[in-house]
Amino acid sequence: MKFLSLIWSSMKRKKLRSVLTLLSIFVAFLLFGILCILKESLTGGVSATDAARLVVRHKVSFIQMLPQGYANRIKTIHGVSLVAHQTWFNGMTKTMDNASDVVVPSFPVDPEIFMKIYPELVLPASQMEAWMSTRTGAVVGKTAADKYKWRIGDHIQLTSPIWQTEAGANSWEFNIVGIYTGAKKNTDLSGFLFRYDYFEEMRGGLDKSMVGWFGVRVDDPQQADAISKRIDDEFANSPWEVKAEPEGAMVQGFIQQFGDIASIIRAVLSMVFFTILLISGNTMSQAVRERFAELGVLKAIGFPNGLVLMLVLGESCTVALLGGLTGLAMAWVFSLGGSPVPNFLPVWYMKPQDIYLGMGFALLLGLVTGAVPAIQAFRLRIAEALRRDA
Amino acid sequence: MASNWLSQLFTVALFNLRSIPARKGSALTAAVGIAGVVAVLTGVLSIAEGFRKTMTSAGSPDVAIVLRAGAENEMTSGLGRDETRLIADTPGVARGAAGPLASAELFVIISLPKRTTGTDANVPLRGVEGTAFEVRGNIRMLEGRRFESGKNEIIVGAGARREFAGLNIGQEIKVGRNVWTVVGVFTSGGGISDSEIWTDAAVLQPAYNRGPTFQSVYVRLASPEDFGIFKNGISKNPELKATARTLPDFYSSQSEMLSQFITVFGVFISVMMGLGALFGALNTMYSAVASRTREIATLRALGFPAAPVVVSVLAESIVLSLAGGVVGAAAAYWAFNGYQTSTMNFQTFSQVSFNFAVTPLLLAAAIAMAAILGLFGGLFPALRAARMPIASALRDS
Amino acid sequence: MSAESSDLVRIEHVTKTFHRGSEEIHVLSGLDLTVARGEFLALMGPSGSGKSTLLNLIGGLDRATSGSVIIENDRLDELDDRQLAAWRARHVGFVFQFYNLMPVLTAQKNVELPLLLTHLNRRERREHAEIALNAVGLSHRLNHFPRTLSGGEQQRVGIARAIVTDPTLLLCDEPTGDLDRKSGDEVLSLLQSLQENGKTIIMVTHDPHASARASRTVHLDKGQLSTTGPE
Ligand SMILES: Nc1ncnc2c1ncn2[C@@H]1O[C@H](COP(=O)(O)OP(=O)(O)OP(=O)(O)O)[C@@H](O)[C@H]1O
Ligand SMILES: [Mg+2]
Repeated sequence: MKFLSLIWSSMKRKKLRSVLTLLSIFVAFLLFGILCILKESLTGGVSATDAARLVVRHKVSFIQMLPQGYANRIKTIHGVSLVAHQTWFNGMTKTMDNASDVVVPSFPVDPEIFMKIYPELVLPASQMEAWMSTRTGAVVGKTAADKYKWRIGDHIQLTSPIWQTEAGANSWEFNIVGIYTGAKKNTDLSGFLFRYDYFEEMRGGLDKSMVGWFGVRVDDPQQADAISKRIDDEFANSPWEVKAEPEGAMVQGFIQQFGDIASIIRAVLSMVFFTILLISGNTMSQAVRERFAELGVLKAIGFPNGLVLMLVLGESCTVALLGGLTGLAMAWVFSLGGSPVPNFLPVWYMKPQDIYLGMGFALLLGLVTGAVPAIQAFRLRIAEALRRDA
Repeated sequence: MASNWLSQLFTVALFNLRSIPARKGSALTAAVGIAGVVAVLTGVLSIAEGFRKTMTSAGSPDVAIVLRAGAENEMTSGLGRDETRLIADTPGVARGAAGPLASAELFVIISLPKRTTGTDANVPLRGVEGTAFEVRGNIRMLEGRRFESGKNEIIVGAGARREFAGLNIGQEIKVGRNVWTVVGVFTSGGGISDSEIWTDAAVLQPAYNRGPTFQSVYVRLASPEDFGIFKNGISKNPELKATARTLPDFYSSQSEMLSQFITVFGVFISVMMGLGALFGALNTMYSAVASRTREIATLRALGFPAAPVVVSVLAESIVLSLAGGVVGAAAAYWAFNGYQTSTMNFQTFSQVSFNFAVTPLLLAAAIAMAAILGLFGGLFPALRAARMPIASALRDS
Repeated sequence: MSAESSDLVRIEHVTKTFHRGSEEIHVLSGLDLTVARGEFLALMGPSGSGKSTLLNLIGGLDRATSGSVIIENDRLDELDDRQLAAWRARHVGFVFQFYNLMPVLTAQKNVELPLLLTHLNRRERREHAEIALNAVGLSHRLNHFPRTLSGGEQQRVGIARAIVTDPTLLLCDEPTGDLDRKSGDEVLSLLQSLQENGKTIIMVTHDPHASARASRTVHLDKGQLSTTGPE
């Protein structure tokens, strides 16, 4: 520890340079952190899924509907414990500034079963009771409630271009009776849930008694694939063929549709790191080269080679860790602020694994950038180092 | 006087250039650093540029689309047969040999395996009327022929064929319980339609239990100026609950979220990396000045004014940055231009294929940024060099 | 062999050859020198004659091409780099022409530097450094940075740093080379008093004034030593 002050004072020697190096490392790790958040936001849906849940949808695509009665048939299949349907409502509301309409992810559901299948949505018991007893009742996620300033007791309207009431109106009335929170950090809280019985009774058009898809809870997650297959087979050659798959697989497939986002982010990151490594590595070795005379004096005084090597490595690691950790911390603070685009990327947080990874990278950066100058310093011949000075 | 100044400049610059080999390591890293920054920047922005190009190039301003009032896209829209007829007869619509140039269309999504990953992704399957080609005006068959009405035949966009497996002429795809044969490949000149599959709307309707309903009507306007008349005609018609938009307008609203995202992402990365590179350039130039302290002081002691010193440091910095910028931009052009990819447009829930576009403007902007980085990276070190107290700098080691 | 026990430094048939490209520079050729315990030796000679080279060999900063350098009972050529470093830390103090102080450390911290290699704790290091600085007459400059000190003062800090570990041997390469007459004299008086306290000192110098303070003077020229100066 007694050498720490030595490292510290040599960093202070060229203050400006140390600050610049620190800043460039800081920027690199801030970028790293934010890209990690972004990647998690884009691809992290998988980690929010439940292995004991399947999704059953129309075989051709999500946008095609299935008869509500399928729920009962699915429930009889061996291994299935609960089935809840949901439907894409496409409800729209005004933005806070009243300037335009935005889509709220909204779904008519069967409250009791739905909340059982999605236990990560946490709703206080009293609010659940209120929902059960209010036909026009709706519960909204915390994120959505904050965004649209909805409070319990509010009476609101959503318009849907898809769903008209029997009377031909596009506008639907709801009473907010509850606000749900997430059991996990990555739970999506941007949704709006209302009662299917109300929806079914009010809606007109061709699709009465049709629903979007089913969420299915199975007894044994190990059996998820086998049960999916059984469900598919059950409806093969019927007018509505279905595709059942574990929720994780579905989200995975959905993410894959974004294409190479993860690999693009990885490519950008490696380019950034390479560039920063180059810049700070160069600065480090320059700083050491300029101090050869000083290092020579230390050796003349009797500092062993190994200690001089450690001093140089210590310095480069200090710089890298200082810059890296502040960058990561800054990214973390940024993640606390919430998503800048909550509609589109509702999940916005920094995974602890990514923070550890970043710390590891910072240490690695310090070791790699310090390695060459440290070895140079280790090998430095005293007599020559001292001559350079004159 | 001027020539004297020039020769001073020349002398100092010469000193400067001669000292570069002695610190070629750091000069090279500065240049490579800038090259890396410029390459990443150009690459990321070329994605946004390519996507924007695809989304806007397809929409000709004399084509309009009509959706149910309140619908943001074709998927959430729905129009009955009567409504589509009323729309086609609205004033402002151009007329062809067979009547008004309007095409009532259906838009569904099907899953097909992607070539690259083998996993399923969404493709739009569009049911159109025979007039659709004349309405769009920019559809060209690349191979094969158009589908015949009443048959289970499809034609595929060039982008869709590229991204998805099994879409070559003669191949069949099974959607639900129907089998469709690929009979042609078309292009809209790199536009959004290139990512779609088309068939006869009359065949698609029963296959999808749709009855006689559609989701949109595309019309060719007599002239772009007639859009006002047409729009009014639609919104004032009491029998219609629909809104009209020009195609460029519609396409840009469809891609708004994705292109905004890519642009914000690109600009954010650019700013951060630019900062990182600026710190790097500053560092390099400060140490270049530091390593030349004694030399600069000697020149000053001999009576050289400060200006040539400043200019020479600036010049070195800008030249290094420009060199890095040009290399980075060239590398980005080589690596990214025309790179074909596809991603999901959240607003239509389906795949859009597009090419990365490293445009000349993008290249110029990237190189200009390199020059600016060089200018700022050199400015402060140059000023420091000029302000150095000569006496102590002379003794500098 | 009583002579042997009184000799601190014994240099036997030492040669030193540098390579500059393909060219060989024979700086020292078969040189012998003994320095007795408690002696104050001045080493003179023209520029480039190899004075610094010889001093570096004695101080274990560099290795002879052949021959042996024996200090007390240690044959330096038989020590590896690690042992040599530890040996330097215990037995030698260096004083340089350009002081070579760490610009970012105060006078006291500079003097404490060699003590970092010992087992002394923080407080002891502080005390030792204060004592050494007191010995060179700089107890009022403890917290000054090198650049705020005059050349003579800086050199006295350098000497304090050299003696703080209480080494047997003090090696000075032109310690007054960068100083004016008055400051130089102060430094020389300091060295003399150190000699009186039992230190063995070898000092390279160009200045006859300085060598006059030494107890013995040797001249180095063309790789060989002589006791007389150049004619
Ligand atoms: N590391 C080296 N590589 C090559 N040549 C060297 C090296 N060190 C010293 N020399 C050469 O050895 C000779 C002696 O150098 P040295 O520094 O010992 O001279 P000096 O007597 O101390 O001179 P001065 O009085 O100028 O300090 C010189 O010719 C020098 O160029
Ligand atoms: Mg010398």
